[in-house]
Amino acid sequence: MDSTVAAASVIAAALAVGLGAIGPGIGQGNASGQAVSGIARQPEAEGKIRGTLLLTLAFMESLTIYGLVIALVLLFANPFA
Amino acid sequence: MQGSLSWLLRFVEGQQLSSLPRQSHRITMLAGLSVLNLFPLAALEVGQQWYWEIGNLKLHGQTFATSWFVILLLVIASLAATRNVQRVPSGIQNLMEYVLEFLRDLARNQLGEKEYRPWLPFIGTLFLFIFVSNWSGALLPWKLIHIPDGAELAAPTNDINTTVALALLTSLAYFYAGLRKKGLGYFANYVQPIPVLLPIKILEDFTKPLSLSFRLFGNILADELVVAVLVLLVPLLVPLPLMALGLFTSAIQALVFATLAGAYIHEAIESEGEEH
Repeated sequence: MDSTVAAASVIAAALAVGLGAIGPGIGQGNASGQAVSGIARQPEAEGKIRGTLLLTLAFMESLTIYGLVIALVLLFANPFA
Repeated sequence: MQGSLSWLLRFVEGQQLSSLPRQSHRITMLAGLSVLNLFPLAALEVGQQWYWEIGNLKLHGQTFATSWFVILLLVIASLAATRNVQRVPSGIQNLMEYVLEFLRDLARNQLGEKEYRPWLPFIGTLFLFIFVSNWSGALLPWKLIHIPDGAELAAPTNDINTTVALALLTSLAYFYAGLRKKGLGYFANYVQPIPVLLPIKILEDFTKPLSLSFRLFGNILADELVVAVLVLLVPLLVPLPLMALGLFTSAIQALVFATLAGAYIHEAIESEGEEH
C-alpha cells in the first residue's frame, strides 16, 4: 500500500468512528435521561420504558456502527490499496 | 533514554543473567513475560476466508458451515420439543413454548392482532436464526476446530453476505405483503400523503435493507473485534465483562432485526382509515 494512502486511511478510519460517536452519544444521553425521569415520575411503567429504551438505544448505536463499518473497510479491505 | 531502553530489552531477553545474579528472580519474571509474547494467546485476523469453489462461484465455507450448524441446532430443538407433546409441558417443550409466546407477542406488537398470524413464522425464523447465530459465535469454542486457509469459524452473522441475504429477504417480504394485500394499489403508498415525498419513499426502499444489514453485521463484527483486541492485550479475566456485553447486544440486535422486519411489513399492509 502507498504510504500516503495508508496514512490517509488510518486518519479517515479514526475520524469515522470518532465523529460518528458524537451524535449518537448525545442522543443516547438524552433518551436515557428522559427515560429515567419517566421512571421517576411513573415507577409502575418501568418495564415498558426499559424495553423501549433498549430498542431505541440499539438504533442510535447503529449510527456509530455505520461509521465503524467504514473504518473497518478502510483498515482491512481498503479499495484504494 | 535510548540506552536504558536497549538495556531493558537485553535485560528482558535474559542476556545479562550471568552478570546480575542478585536480581535473577526479576529477570526470570520479565523473561516469562517475553515468553508470553513468543506464544501469542490470541491473534487478530479479519477477512480471511475459507473458499469453497463451486463452478465459477467462490463461497465462504466457514459461514456456510456455521449457518448449517445453527440451522441443525434449531431443527433438532424444534423436533425434540414437538415429538412428544404433553398437555402439561416440561423440559424442552416448556422452553420452546416460552420462545413461541415471546415471538408471538413480538409479532403481534408490530403487526396488530388481525394481521400478525401469517407473518409469525417469517419474523420468528429471522429472530431465532439471528439470535442463535450471534450467541453461537460468542459461546461456542469454534477456535478448537481448525479449518484451512487461515480462516476461523465464527458467528455466521459476522459475514456481510449473511446479513444482506436476510435484509433482502425482509425487503421481498414487505413488498409481497403490500402487493398481496392491496394489489397494485400498494404503489399508491408512494404518493400517499403528498407526492413531493416520492423520491424519499423510493430511496427508503434501498436504505431499509442497507441499514438492516449493516446494523447487524457491524454490531456482531464490532463485538468480536473488541473482544479479540482485548484478548490480545490482556488475555485473562479483563475481556469477560465485554463478552457479557457482547451477548447482551447480540440478543438486542436479533430483537431489533425482527422488530424492524415486523414494522416494515406492517407499514406495507396498513391501510389509511383503519387503526389497529
